[in-house]
Amino acid sequence: MLKDQDRIFTNIYGLKDKSLKGAMSRGHWDGTKQIIEKGRDWIIDEMKASGLRGRGGAGFPTGLKWSFMPKESDGRPHYLVVNADESEPGTCKDREILRHDPHTLIEGCVIAGFAMGAHTAYIYVRGEYMREREALQAAIDECYDAGLLGTNNKNGWDFDIFVHHGAGAYICGEETALLESLEGKKGQPRLKPPFPANMGLYGCPTTVNNVESIAVAPTILRRGAGWFSSIGRPNNVGTKLFMISGHVNKPCTVEEAMSIPFRELIEKHAGGVRGGWDNLMAVIPGGASCPIIRGEDMEDAIMDFDGMREKKSSFGTAAIIVMDKSTDVIKAIARLSAFFKHESCGQCTPCREGTGWMWRVMERMVTGNAQKREIDMLLQVSKQIEGHTICALGDAAAWPVQGLIRNFRPEIEARIDRYTHNAMAHGAVMEAAE
Amino acid sequence: MAKLKVDGKEIEVPDHFTLLQACEEAGAEVPRFCFHERLSVAGNCRMCLVEVKGGPPKPAASCAMGVRDVRPGPNGELPEVYTNTPMVKKAREGVMEFLLINHPLDCPICDQGGECDLQDQAMAFGMDASRYTENKRAVEDKYIGPLVKTVMNRCIHCTRCVRFTTEVGGISELGLIGRGEDAEITTYLEHAMTSELQGNVIDLCPVGALTSRPFAFTARPWELGKTESIDVMDALGSAIRVDTRGREVMRIMPRINEQVNEEWISDKTRFIWDGLKTQRLDRPYVRRDGRLQAASWGEAFAAIKAAVSATSADKIGAIAGDLAAVEEMYALKELIRSLGSDNLDCRQDGVALDPSLGRASYLFNPTIEGIDRADALLLIGANPRLEAAVLNARIRKRWRRGNFPIGVIGEGGDLRYDYEYLGSGPDTLGELVNGTGDFLDKLRNAKNPMIIVGQGALTRADGAAILNAASKLANAVGALTDEWNGFGVLHTAASRVGGLDLGFVPGAKGVNAAEMLTGMDVLFLLGADELDFSRKGAKFTVYIGSHGDAGAHHADVILPAAAYTEKSGTWVNTEGRVQMGNRAGFAPGEAREDWAIIRALSDVLGQKLPFDSLYALRAKLYEAYPHFAALDEIAVGNVSEIAALGEKAGEMSKSGFASPIKDFYLTNPIARASAVMAECSALARDNFKAAAE
Repeated sequence: MLKDQDRIFTNIYGLKDKSLKGAMSRGHWDGTKQIIEKGRDWIIDEMKASGLRGRGGAGFPTGLKWSFMPKESDGRPHYLVVNADESEPGTCKDREILRHDPHTLIEGCVIAGFAMGAHTAYIYVRGEYMREREALQAAIDECYDAGLLGTNNKNGWDFDIFVHHGAGAYICGEETALLESLEGKKGQPRLKPPFPANMGLYGCPTTVNNVESIAVAPTILRRGAGWFSSIGRPNNVGTKLFMISGHVNKPCTVEEAMSIPFRELIEKHAGGVRGGWDNLMAVIPGGASCPIIRGEDMEDAIMDFDGMREKKSSFGTAAIIVMDKSTDVIKAIARLSAFFKHESCGQCTPCREGTGWMWRVMERMVTGNAQKREIDMLLQVSKQIEGHTICALGDAAAWPVQGLIRNFRPEIEARIDRYTHNAMAHGAVMEAAE
Repeated sequence: MAKLKVDGKEIEVPDHFTLLQACEEAGAEVPRFCFHERLSVAGNCRMCLVEVKGGPPKPAASCAMGVRDVRPGPNGELPEVYTNTPMVKKAREGVMEFLLINHPLDCPICDQGGECDLQDQAMAFGMDASRYTENKRAVEDKYIGPLVKTVMNRCIHCTRCVRFTTEVGGISELGLIGRGEDAEITTYLEHAMTSELQGNVIDLCPVGALTSRPFAFTARPWELGKTESIDVMDALGSAIRVDTRGREVMRIMPRINEQVNEEWISDKTRFIWDGLKTQRLDRPYVRRDGRLQAASWGEAFAAIKAAVSATSADKIGAIAGDLAAVEEMYALKELIRSLGSDNLDCRQDGVALDPSLGRASYLFNPTIEGIDRADALLLIGANPRLEAAVLNARIRKRWRRGNFPIGVIGEGGDLRYDYEYLGSGPDTLGELVNGTGDFLDKLRNAKNPMIIVGQGALTRADGAAILNAASKLANAVGALTDEWNGFGVLHTAASRVGGLDLGFVPGAKGVNAAEMLTGMDVLFLLGADELDFSRKGAKFTVYIGSHGDAGAHHADVILPAAAYTEKSGTWVNTEGRVQMGNRAGFAPGEAREDWAIIRALSDVLGQKLPFDSLYALRAKLYEAYPHFAALDEIAVGNVSEIAALGEKAGEMSKSGFASPIKDFYLTNPIARASAVMAECSALARDNFKAAAE
């Protein structure tokens, strides 16, 4: 269990003073200038050494991502873009940072911006996060007033932060769609290559990072890469905000060490599974797009990137959705299919047409009004979407369905059998036309 | 150059190639819907997926990936791409299945049937049966104008139409709204598109979502005879294909000609064909007792003979219209000359261009392809959007590449690209010539400056002076060098350059068109309708033409002739490119090809012309004017002729330039006979009014 002194987000529940003064009293904005004075290479090397993996879901090493930015500007400005378009069902960590601990993010922006030669950061806040945006903007204004942002600020690196409010589209959380949206265009993902580090916002070198990845950076640099990498197990180090929702006794967002066993996490922080561990049916470990795992497989699971991959799922954003045996798991996944169908941008064929198809079949599977052979067809359709699209939303839509079929095929078949049985029992016997 | 292997075959392609182009180069067919050579890459149909060795374990969209983006193997092996592996086959089948699940199975009633990309590719790359049992999507049809019909159920969201209208057409009236499976292509406001090039979306649409409204349900592509020909609606001479069923022209499609129209044609070119069926002159007429009455060819010829023999040679004249082919103008010129008259003119509008000034003085010397190389442009009294819509798209294409300052002297208006408005008339031109004005530096600093002089500047009393001033300016900014001739006259009439080449202009004792109209005893009009007939004073007028328009109404004898799709003829476009159109069908009724009418008439008049066939005529023609024999070539004009023009001075008036084209859709007798063009014209007028309010 993570010790209190190792926590990065010290005000994640908003119980303390969230103002600049309060944040400083908890150690934020301490020695930012000194960190910057150590130079760009030191920061990037330290970030690489810390082993921080991006907290937005894909887990790409953050230090490495920063190092992709051109060392010297070719005349084009560099941009840092922070992805606060947190829209994945189950994920609710960035909003806590935005509304209760915004200074971690703002300080992170300054340091990350310096490390990649950017004088400007855009924070793209999810459309539904009204209060969060207001809190963030208030904090940014405080920093401007205190001389921590703007030109000739105390940190010695001219830096501006602009908050952009999205309009509530899940797809705008995809980094290139976010850039399109930020540019005022329709939020549809771009083709890659070129990658944003080369041609990003307004055609300039851009790095897009998750809120949490940026917000943890100042503390890592203050306390040293060694401290951060000593938490968790190799390749999965550091602390992480876990979001536990669903059928647990006390749903919560909590900062914990990576690689914590699933059982310990639920017992310590969420008050255990509703109705006890025997009542656990299934877990979605990382947000809506991650394949569902059977409850019995989760009991010995280690909550980190590799641990979840062993379970043929994905760590995602660590948004753990726990389902007990009262859950209609087919209906749950059908709801996710509806979500992805609704949020598909409609740009490329497999996702546009396939998500609707999957959802319709899933809806029939909920009632059992389907053929058993359609289960395999559904699996094939999901494979036809996965990997054939411009962005990862196609994959994200396919995985929950694949996870369901992999883990709960007997339940689907039983549902179909019951539907057929009921049909016969109620006398709907086929009759020849008169 | 980049080297790579496609299906094991090693090839070398230019660096800017995409994988799709490289695969084609290697002979591997790659299916596609959204990709189009002349539009930006969308990469959204996912049909062109290929397997890239060493890349991520998923197929890559070949249209969006450059050959430079694929990495070589660890030991420097060539990058490898496969188009025939199981992964690719599965990917194509998958995408095709997705495209078809919401696509209606209405091929039997779809106008695209037989020339549908989806149909063809479903046969080649799809599966045999559908696994989709849910309801199909229903999408409301949109109204996007009288030319393009929509059946939005069939749309596969390739966005080619959106990219065309935005990038080539320069209008942002078509777009994709909604998201996911609810995404729809629409104009949103349900009003007609305003582009003069909108018909091209019909060709671009890979399915039957956008089809030709006038052509709807009239014919199947496989039952049409296809004749390659040349368009005469403007002076570009766009390459077209005339599709006929029996004698009837059913539709007109573009052909690819990189040097002229790439693969676009204007709406007037495309939708003119219903005008070929109405208002036709299908028998000779003779005016008796003040009324035109049907007559036989013999009676008509006898009436002409009577009129000709009653007058002196210097009172006989001939005016050639805008659609006339070189052959008939040559025949008419020979006839009039043999009658002893010098009164010839092919310039109905009185434009101040004269072959005696040299061929370069009336050609679009930089050539249409040369627009791509130009790096500054000045438009003088030209509105290319209305005068040559496809050429305007070429200017826009160059403008989109950037670093292309465009200055306009004249009317201005929406040209579909940004420009600097310099002034309305000769005063502004005079300033530039005298070495002042900001725009002069931009022209001077350009390596290949281009100056386009339109008919709006030249069809005035001071036209010659303006031509001289423009030439002088061209010389001053370095547009006239041995490598680059940037001085171009933009014509609006298909016949004009051919007529000037022939010397179809008043001889030493001759008078021009305006004087002929008032003062001749016998006046031959070869399809000449754009004259101010209220000023007509000619005693006896012979109209040789295809449509009952202004010229025919004022004629004393009408000799019915063939329209441009009904004869083989040579036209010279504004660049001076000699092109030959072919006969797609026969003229209606007793109408005959123009040259044959003139040949027969010459016999009656006792001046029998020395050719009995079109071939014999052409042999004579080529003997006298060898450059007509070099088809699709341009006999380049002499730069020094333009420079010499600039030496002459002239008095320019103050009034501003006005484009001669008042209504894009109604510029010639065929267009005025077309109901489709009339509808477009009315719409355009309403739009203009709405914009003014």
